[in-house]
Amino acid sequence: MTTMTLVGQQRFAFDRQRVIATIFVMLGLVDIFVFGLYSNGDSVFTFTLNGAAVSVPNLVMAAAPVCYGLGALTVVLGFVYAGMRLKKLPQRLVAGTVTLAFVVAFLVWSDAGRFPLPFVSLMQSTMLASIPLVLGALSGCLCERSGVINIAIEGQLLLGAFAGAVIASAFGSLWFGLLSGSLAGGLLAILLGVFAIRYMVDQIILGVVLNVFASGLTGYLYDQALVPYQTRLNSPSTFSPVKIPVLGDIPIIGPILFDSTIFLYMTYAAVALVHIGLFKTRWGLRVRAVGEHPTAADTVGIRVLWTRYRNVIIGGLVAGIGGASLSIGSVGSFGKDMSSGQGYIALAAMIFGRWTPLGATGAALLFGFSVACANVLGTIGCPIPSDFLLMLPYVATIIAVAGFVGRSQAPKADGQPYVKS
Amino acid sequence: MSENDSGPATSQPSVASDRGTVEAPEAAPSPADALSSKGPGAGIALLNAVLEGSSTVVTILAIILAVVIGGLLIAFTSPQVLHAWSHVFSAPGAAFSQAWDVAASAYSAMFEGAIINPHTISAAFHGGSTAAIFNPLSETTVNATPLILAGLAVALAFRAGMFNIGATGQFIGGAFIAGWIGFAVSLPIVIHVVVAVIGGFVGGAIIGAFVGDLKARTGAHEVIVTIMLNYVMEYLLLFLLGLAVFRASGSPNPISPQVMNSAMLPLLAGHNLRINAGFLVALAAAAAVAWLLNRTTLGFELRTVGANQNAARAAGMSPEKTWVRVMLICGGLAGLAGASVVLGSDFALTPQIYGTYGIDAITVALLGRAKPGGVVLAALLYGSLNAGSVTMQAQTQIPVDIATVIQALIVLFVAAPPFVREVFHLRARRGAAEGQLLAKGWSS
Repeated sequence: MTTMTLVGQQRFAFDRQRVIATIFVMLGLVDIFVFGLYSNGDSVFTFTLNGAAVSVPNLVMAAAPVCYGLGALTVVLGFVYAGMRLKKLPQRLVAGTVTLAFVVAFLVWSDAGRFPLPFVSLMQSTMLASIPLVLGALSGCLCERSGVINIAIEGQLLLGAFAGAVIASAFGSLWFGLLSGSLAGGLLAILLGVFAIRYMVDQIILGVVLNVFASGLTGYLYDQALVPYQTRLNSPSTFSPVKIPVLGDIPIIGPILFDSTIFLYMTYAAVALVHIGLFKTRWGLRVRAVGEHPTAADTVGIRVLWTRYRNVIIGGLVAGIGGASLSIGSVGSFGKDMSSGQGYIALAAMIFGRWTPLGATGAALLFGFSVACANVLGTIGCPIPSDFLLMLPYVATIIAVAGFVGRSQAPKADGQPYVKS
Repeated sequence: MSENDSGPATSQPSVASDRGTVEAPEAAPSPADALSSKGPGAGIALLNAVLEGSSTVVTILAIILAVVIGGLLIAFTSPQVLHAWSHVFSAPGAAFSQAWDVAASAYSAMFEGAIINPHTISAAFHGGSTAAIFNPLSETTVNATPLILAGLAVALAFRAGMFNIGATGQFIGGAFIAGWIGFAVSLPIVIHVVVAVIGGFVGGAIIGAFVGDLKARTGAHEVIVTIMLNYVMEYLLLFLLGLAVFRASGSPNPISPQVMNSAMLPLLAGHNLRINAGFLVALAAAAAVAWLLNRTTLGFELRTVGANQNAARAAGMSPEKTWVRVMLICGGLAGLAGASVVLGSDFALTPQIYGTYGIDAITVALLGRAKPGGVVLAALLYGSLNAGSVTMQAQTQIPVDIATVIQALIVLFVAAPPFVREVFHLRARRGAAEGQLLAKGWSS
């Protein structure tokens, strides 16, 4: 990142804080002048699913005033952000509030005067869409924190989905499918590791090529084997939702967070494990040392290459689970190129989250939300075309790399092969 | 610069004089050196080049390795072969011959679809059409045209030290403008197609320049921006084709009207062959890029920036300006690729018009070692694989995706010369530190 900071020092006439504050104010103005002015009538959010034990009353709001209020709040927060030297935690709180206000204003506006918005099912599909993104982004974190760039997340998801569907179908065991999906992601990761670490291939090129390879291989096998033997090889069932006792019965939160397939619970566990592992344990300290300054890590006796291999492979295993969730988590069969760019969204989420597991998870949830919106809002007649909602994660990432993470943040030795001198 | 770099026609993948940023410096003589230096030592030098695996040798071995692995994949996913192998102990010969037959028939069908089909020659003697003889080659050029142009878009960026993954987005930008001019604007004959092609260049250049500008202004990494822009452009295309203005009247699908005859790239060899002027545009573009790189100030600047940004800055060049200019040209080239598809082979905009050209372009640029002549050769190879695999699927029911697998493997191996050397037990290069210069990571 040395050169990039150099560029930054020379070219940056404005500081980051002001850029972010400007973005906040602009978001607030959008809240007021787009969402507020163009809202007619009431927005209705429903919170009760069919057949729920406890019924929660619907939330009915006059759309325009809500948008004005949220917009005003955002603008004020923007000026606060620009004018005051906030500490890290308040900064994040402000950013979170602004995002939340924008999302709520958007939902209120898109629902104004239309069918009631099924909030719980919107959030459920958000969680569902986020699973592969979160797991993929965690895979990215694990690899890149140890200094190996992982663009092959897309391929890992795709192979995971393929192996999950085929093995679950052939052996009639979903758990076996899940395990194979994970292992398939791990296998691609081994290729990534060997070619990146041992043969020192440019890791960005390598990732792109591995994605093409995975796409070609699964596409080939799909046409060659899965189409003719559809019933035997490509008809797995899907994991059924498991409701967690007590927690699952909480209104609103329960159905969203605690009444889902094993994949969602594994995702929770993975996020927690990766976060704690990377930032609270000796293991994580060593991994980060290898990613930041491999020579120093080597000097104190950390095995650099071994650490990288291990992390890349663990990452692949995690992403493979995410891939399996695509085929045996919800759809129930493998389709050609079914990962459809989600690996790249996961990469974006990791960058958006500044190479931290929690940040990446937050970004992945946001991106999952925009995907869910594209699916759900279409049914209630949202005025924004779903294409633009699907575009949102990518646009947000461009804005983010230009404004927030354009300078530094990647682990220092990320992408550089280590040669013992 | 030697005579090797004057244009695509003469630039075989010789590496002696003109090294790209994607290639490590070499201590050992390359075969071009070996061949050109006449004298008693030439034979030994050539032998050394082979044994040490110069980049040309590595490329050839990588292709061989990929084709062999592809053949194994074809053989061992075929039901007949698997059936034969289930009786491997009672009839081992049948198992091996069956595997060989399946792979061989697949590859020969691929060859017939990409280069020449012997049956068409004998048919021509018995009153068949002579055009049929050249049909495979014509298909290869049609497939190669967008790959050359998009490959150049990636290769040129490589030379400036940038990684352009965004050929897909730039392709869409170019295809859209070219297509729109083609079906919505009425212009006189010749002028129409020229304007549409220029429109394609402009459409891609806008997207490319945006990337370069963003990198120059904010330091946003072009890899991330281009990946994201690809998807933005894909959804934008889907959205635009959903609008009534851009949709063919009466069509339920999001497909644009057909481009007018006056906007189609003229066919070069009669109505039975699809080879069109787009191929000439692609060759001209390759020659132009070679000229730009080796004979112009901008080319010198971009190679300097690619080799060492700080040195370039110290020498008074502005890497930022170079990034913007280079990405503008790269985007334009990818846009031309889009124009060549919409005006030369597809004739209408569809939501999937971008295909896999953008990603294939990366592999083409790598295989061509980021040199214009190399890109043309690599694109012809990939074009022939693509064209051949269609025939292969028709004749042997083996899915076309095998071409993708082979292409990915070729590039994987080409990018890892030490791996190829290990596989073929070649000597290690003397003093060559391959790989270290190749890999730059996010910090480039």
